[in-house]
Amino acid sequence: MINAISYPFLQEYWWAIISLLGALLVFLMFVQGGQSLLYTIGKTKMQRTMLVNSLGRKWEFTFTTLVTFGGAFFASFPLFYATSFGGAYWVWMAILFSFILQAVSYEFRSKPANFLGSKTYEVFLIINGLMGTILIGTAVGTFFNGAQFSLNDYNQVTWQTEARGLEAVLNIHNVALGLSVFFLSRVLALQYFDNTIDDKEINLRVRKQLWINSIPFLAFFLYFVIVLLLKDGFAYDPDTLDVSMERYKYWHNFMEMPLLFITFIIGVVLVVWGILSDMFFKPGKGIWYSGAGTIVTVFALFLLAGYNNTCFYPSAFDIQSSLNIRNSSSSEFTLGVMAIVSLLVPFVAAYIWYAWKAINNKKIDENEMNEGGHKY
Amino acid sequence: MFESIDLSLVNWSRAQFALTAMYHWLFVPLTLGTTFMIAMMETIYVRTGKPEWKTMTKFWMTLFGINFAIGVSTGIILEFEFGTNWSNYSWFVGDIFGAPLAIEGIMAFFLESTFIAVMFFGWNKVGKKFHLLSSWLVAIGANLSALWILVANAWMQNPVGTVFNPETARNEMTSFWEVLFSPVAINKFLHTITSGFVLSAIFVIGVSGWFLLKKRHVVMARKSILVAAIFGLVSSAALIITGDGSAKQVARVQPMKLAAMEGLNDGEEGAGLILFGIVTDNEKYPDNDRMKDIAMKVEIPKALSFLSFADFNAFVPGINDLIHGNEEYGIMSAHEKIKRGKVAVDKLTIFKEARKNDDTQKAEELKELLISDDFQKNYFKYLGYGHINDTSFLIPNIAVTFYSFHIMVMLGFWFVVVFVLALWFLHKGTLHKQRWFLWLGLLSIPLAYLASELGWLVAEFGRQPWVIQDLMPTTTAVSNINASSVKITFILFAVIFTTLLIAEIKIMVRQIKIGPKHEEKGGQK
Repeated sequence: MINAISYPFLQEYWWAIISLLGALLVFLMFVQGGQSLLYTIGKTKMQRTMLVNSLGRKWEFTFTTLVTFGGAFFASFPLFYATSFGGAYWVWMAILFSFILQAVSYEFRSKPANFLGSKTYEVFLIINGLMGTILIGTAVGTFFNGAQFSLNDYNQVTWQTEARGLEAVLNIHNVALGLSVFFLSRVLALQYFDNTIDDKEINLRVRKQLWINSIPFLAFFLYFVIVLLLKDGFAYDPDTLDVSMERYKYWHNFMEMPLLFITFIIGVVLVVWGILSDMFFKPGKGIWYSGAGTIVTVFALFLLAGYNNTCFYPSAFDIQSSLNIRNSSSSEFTLGVMAIVSLLVPFVAAYIWYAWKAINNKKIDENEMNEGGHKY
Repeated sequence: MFESIDLSLVNWSRAQFALTAMYHWLFVPLTLGTTFMIAMMETIYVRTGKPEWKTMTKFWMTLFGINFAIGVSTGIILEFEFGTNWSNYSWFVGDIFGAPLAIEGIMAFFLESTFIAVMFFGWNKVGKKFHLLSSWLVAIGANLSALWILVANAWMQNPVGTVFNPETARNEMTSFWEVLFSPVAINKFLHTITSGFVLSAIFVIGVSGWFLLKKRHVVMARKSILVAAIFGLVSSAALIITGDGSAKQVARVQPMKLAAMEGLNDGEEGAGLILFGIVTDNEKYPDNDRMKDIAMKVEIPKALSFLSFADFNAFVPGINDLIHGNEEYGIMSAHEKIKRGKVAVDKLTIFKEARKNDDTQKAEELKELLISDDFQKNYFKYLGYGHINDTSFLIPNIAVTFYSFHIMVMLGFWFVVVFVLALWFLHKGTLHKQRWFLWLGLLSIPLAYLASELGWLVAEFGRQPWVIQDLMPTTTAVSNINASSVKITFILFAVIFTTLLIAEIKIMVRQIKIGPKHEEKGGQK
């Protein structure tokens, strides 16, 4: 079966899988957004415990998606993995350190004799909430704006700055995406709290914060999209793989892939509708629209970065070193084998959905926190 | 191909990977085994409805949860470290190594992370049977994740199912099944998970023994010891069988590692297996401090030959045979391998130059040669040797490998004694009176961790200087970054992981002191 599928198709298929995983990761970063709001929404110890327990039942999904995203990138586009991780050392290390701190914080926070004290673990969660979202968003910004690297004939990377990737924060367009992801994760977290916690004070604060976080999210996101559509992009010749700059490349991509443009618009509309729904119509239900909208929008943005002969990881130092789905992928055989494995994804999604519903069938309240079952 | 290797960078990168991997490996084995014991205990609870089994399940689950969190925390860095610190390696093997990692994420991690939430928070939210199923799925998921990463590791020890592609300058997979079902991978997986089962069983026996010493939760402790001793004994049998299988595979594909494990300088027929020995400097080779001697050795005659090749009189090559070659036994010298490796590197360099200069005819001619079966089997197979200039570099650290191997094996047999004695005393009904044994059980917990870490040292130190056997030396695999950057991250990891380890131990000890919360009849609290 796999033999009948062409190599270019497999490369595009795997870019779509990477895009989907990236989209799911951005949606699931509502956990990080929620962590950054611990002290804003939770004014008492009990309220913070409810927030932590609400997020704590989902943090592993975000973590696992991040790991799978990394593993899938390694497997399908190993040259990106080697180039970006081996080059932008400090950005990725900063992101990883924040996730290391997060992983223990839920389990250790409320345990007696936890050595560092509950507040320290809460601070760890806040650090992860800030750094995880802003840095991942900023790093993804380099997919459009380029990074400072070159590759030799053996595809070995040399990074051109001492800052080792941290220089990405000097590009305002990258930072705009980082802040969009940050505020979006907070918006989604607020909607998630509204959906899963039954506490009047928390619910009131959530509605107020929804306004405060939605406005900067929309502002940064609009700025990012407008600049993106007006900027030059890194295009490659499909026959020679030579890279050149193309004016309005991303706008052209949308025009040449109208279905993608429609998908993007639908995603954005769903996100906005979810926010409005929580603010004005059905509080607590907006997460379903905004969550789905986030996945659709980010999926479309990733496809925009990699399809239509576009370099998804451009080099601003040496444009011929730029990575695209043709020159950075695994072999046809490996992509084919993994395509078969990817058929498991719907099954995995189905059992995640089932388990999620089973655990979330009742809202979290003070009574549950006092019952004495397992809690964070 | 690889200019100006910074040895300080290589050493710090190795130290960082060793630090993070060894910390991670402190927590994983307990997860692998306790999940199965928890699932077994819950199965008994669901079948009998007896609340004490639910109490036990929940108590061990609490300890598992604390351990699991820090296991996840220390694990994430390992996946990304392949890219951050070993980027040359990542590109070279990404076509093979990446697939198991991706499959691990899709198949194993999601299974584990999804059902662990049900396991901990689902007691009053889902039915008994669904909860039990979740516990089993967590156990299966945890062990499945070990499968994929160990398949990847086994490929590094024995690269099969791939060919070198000169166009991309990397190895590419040609047979997924050969990679997945390589005998090295199967033995490595089974040996590793069963070692985790044994560690977990010792942990449960040690902690339960402490309860018996304190005369607390006596019923739970006795039942836990029964489950753990049976589980541990069965696992030990599998551990010994797979250990034997691993030794045979090492003899076949990594003979230098085997020679280092036994400190065997000169090969011999009917070689003996050392039971005890002390590593000393070798006076015969004053210029080569990598060569060592084994003093005061106690041997089982011919046992090494038998364990390696299932033949009491088989020839086991020593370090000198592997370095200088041995025509009588058809062993190629390292010098010859270096020569062939350098031919492979040179031809590849010329090919790349031709491509760069658009000399298509020359490039195509060279490509035909490079991808030919003969060249792949006789030259590319030794590609890594092309970067080796000094044959003594091919000898791993003998003291570390030798002691790690022998102490690990001795401890493995000690744990069998613990399991047998536990079952014997339980059978006699005198376990609670055997205070000396209960103390020994408790003191065996750190020994189980020691054995587990030593196993990792044998596997990873013993294969040096290779990151991929014969194809890529560790020195050429590193990312092109400053050694000072790696020094800083090494220190950060050391500080953070040590702090988290202290926190974990303190929490774990406190939870053990608190003990289980007893369930009332009917299963509810």
